[in-house]
Amino acid sequence: MLTVRNLHARVAGREILRGINLEIMHGEVHAIMGPNGSGKSTLARVLAGHPEYEVTAGEVTFEGEDLLEMDPEERARAGIFLAFQYPVEIPGVNNAYFLKAALNTVRKQRGLEELDAMEFMTLVRERMKQLDMDESLLSRPVNEGFSGGEKKRNEIFQMAVLEPKLGVLDETDSGLDIDALKVVAGGVNAMRNADRAFLVVTHYQRLLNYIVPDQVHVLTEGRIIRSGGKELALELEEKGYGWLEQPVGG
Amino acid sequence: MTTSTETIEQLASREYQHGFITDVEQETIPRGLSEDVVRLISAKKQEPAWLLEWRLQAYRMWLTMKEPTWGNVKFDPIDYQNMIYYAAPKKKPVLQSLDEVDPEIRRTFEKLGIPLDEQKMLSGVAVDAVFDSVSVATTFKEKLGELGIIFCSFSEAVHHHPELVRKYLGTVVPYSDNFYATLNSAVFSDGSFAYIPKGVRCPMELSTYFRINAKDTGQFERTLIIAEDGAYVSYLEGCTAPMRDENQLHAAVVELVALDNATIKYSTVQNWYPGDKDGKGGIYNFVTKRGKCQGVNSKITWTQVETGSAITWKYPGCILQGDNSIGEFYSVATTNNWQQADTGTKMIHLGKNTKSTIVSKGISAGHGQNTYRGLVKIAKGAKGAHNYSQCDSLLIGDRCGAHTFPYLEIKNSTAKVEHEASTSKIGEDQIFYCRQRGLSTEDAVNMIVSGFCKDVFRQLPMEFAVEAQKLLSVSLEGSVG
Repeated sequence: MLTVRNLHARVAGREILRGINLEIMHGEVHAIMGPNGSGKSTLARVLAGHPEYEVTAGEVTFEGEDLLEMDPEERARAGIFLAFQYPVEIPGVNNAYFLKAALNTVRKQRGLEELDAMEFMTLVRERMKQLDMDESLLSRPVNEGFSGGEKKRNEIFQMAVLEPKLGVLDETDSGLDIDALKVVAGGVNAMRNADRAFLVVTHYQRLLNYIVPDQVHVLTEGRIIRSGGKELALELEEKGYGWLEQPVGG
Repeated sequence: MTTSTETIEQLASREYQHGFITDVEQETIPRGLSEDVVRLISAKKQEPAWLLEWRLQAYRMWLTMKEPTWGNVKFDPIDYQNMIYYAAPKKKPVLQSLDEVDPEIRRTFEKLGIPLDEQKMLSGVAVDAVFDSVSVATTFKEKLGELGIIFCSFSEAVHHHPELVRKYLGTVVPYSDNFYATLNSAVFSDGSFAYIPKGVRCPMELSTYFRINAKDTGQFERTLIIAEDGAYVSYLEGCTAPMRDENQLHAAVVELVALDNATIKYSTVQNWYPGDKDGKGGIYNFVTKRGKCQGVNSKITWTQVETGSAITWKYPGCILQGDNSIGEFYSVATTNNWQQADTGTKMIHLGKNTKSTIVSKGISAGHGQNTYRGLVKIAKGAKGAHNYSQCDSLLIGDRCGAHTFPYLEIKNSTAKVEHEASTSKIGEDQIFYCRQRGLSTEDAVNMIVSGFCKDVFRQLPMEFAVEAQKLLSVSLEGSVG
């Protein structure tokens, strides 16, 4: 589904990604772990097409298409969803209105009919229930006045409504208590299927107890220095990132 | 990024959508202004002597006045002797129904999406259509007439209800008020008149569409609305204008009078030609609008969405004379490309326990300059007066400007005055967030902007709010790069 080759990217003249290689197949869940400042969030944002980041080398294909040629909205419509580490507030814009506009744009791209208000509300209520969310959040402005946990939950809720092919979760676990973490993980797990893939960026292993990855990659100084199965995450938890600072050959 | 920049440039190069010229024969008088011209206008309109005298007093006063220079706007001097002060469609039949309206004019309205007949049937809006200077169609008169409501052109009111016009004309905006209002008083052509009798709630939104059409013709509308004791009226004013290469002056005057327990809501969507993307052409909109809450418990609400004009200079205000009277001002003003706006309000508290609310949202894009200027004056006798002001500015891009000039004059120590202000920039992160959810940059900006303006839009009647939102997005096209 997603192939990343030798990806280099910089922000404000500073090189952050220094040759990322990654292959994600349909149905897989990949976790990206690494110390602070290693480039994890940069990778997530570059995949989503954040305009502040400049790709200086490498290629990325998504479902056979050249991802780097696409605008952020084209990537979103093609099926890439980024759950933001810091969800953005949009004062005065109703959460339901925002999501309905987004959903109908995405549906149009997929050749589906736009949902009317009734159909939309039915879908939305169902998804909110899954994520144990208060319906009052729908009529509030996008992320404004939301607690940290509500914001993160809202991201997963949006993902559940938009049904992307690839969900990129950027430190969705940070700032969540254990109950909220379980709910969020439950939402993600409910969406797992043979066609959909996830890239889960996290600093801690904890989230991976609930969203069990097929592969774990360790990112340090803009490069993936180690890849392995889910047990790699446990090893990291135990030994810390320092253990991997000296790349092991092979 | 490259792709989106291209799209934005395409959008920016889109022409002003309402820029077309209707081919209707115009009756005009020679250029320039003199006492003879004032007499000629009055004669053409077959006005009574007292009104001619009023115009002449204004004209003589105007000769002694100078244009105000305190506005935060820049423009070349206006040659008042090079303008035409009167134009009317040549055929001026007495109309029994819409079918009698000049087909060319009808087509113009249809191009603007204002089919009068549909409006008449569907929306329950009585439309007094001002085409240039003279009204050519008035609807719903009969129905309103049954309730004793008078809704007609100003000229008609002069002929049929001279006692009302004479009683109230100039009582809120005297002919000596300011340079532009004085000019208007001397040469005003036409406008609307509404009178709501005691205890009557006007059952429909009253609406007028103004349109500037004759080349080089300054527009000098004059509107007067009177709500008697306990009456209620909501009046909508919407404007569009054809594309022109030269600047055109528009100096209107609107006067509102609310007596005891009366309420007047006056809503404007202003979309005159703003000039091209290089700042060439566009309307100068120098308008004096004021309402007087003359009676106790009266209320006047101004709501304006100003998206057009090259230069906007207007301060719809309220004189809160009656005890417990309420004045409100809700405004969205956008400036894109080279537009300039200096707008705000004046709230003059005279009566006891008077209240005023000011919510101003300024949006600047391109090289646009947006100024909020507001006066809150609390007179010595205005015990227990209360004002709340909120002025927010939104900047799009880094070449535009936002300015705020609040003036407070408080002469009574029991007054409570609150002022909040903020300036923010549309964040790249907000736009990216929207785009990541599949929305285009343009849709993202529209969404963020309409969220910003929500407190004002919700004051507008439903159908007007939709139109306002559309205009806002058209006026900001190409503003994000």
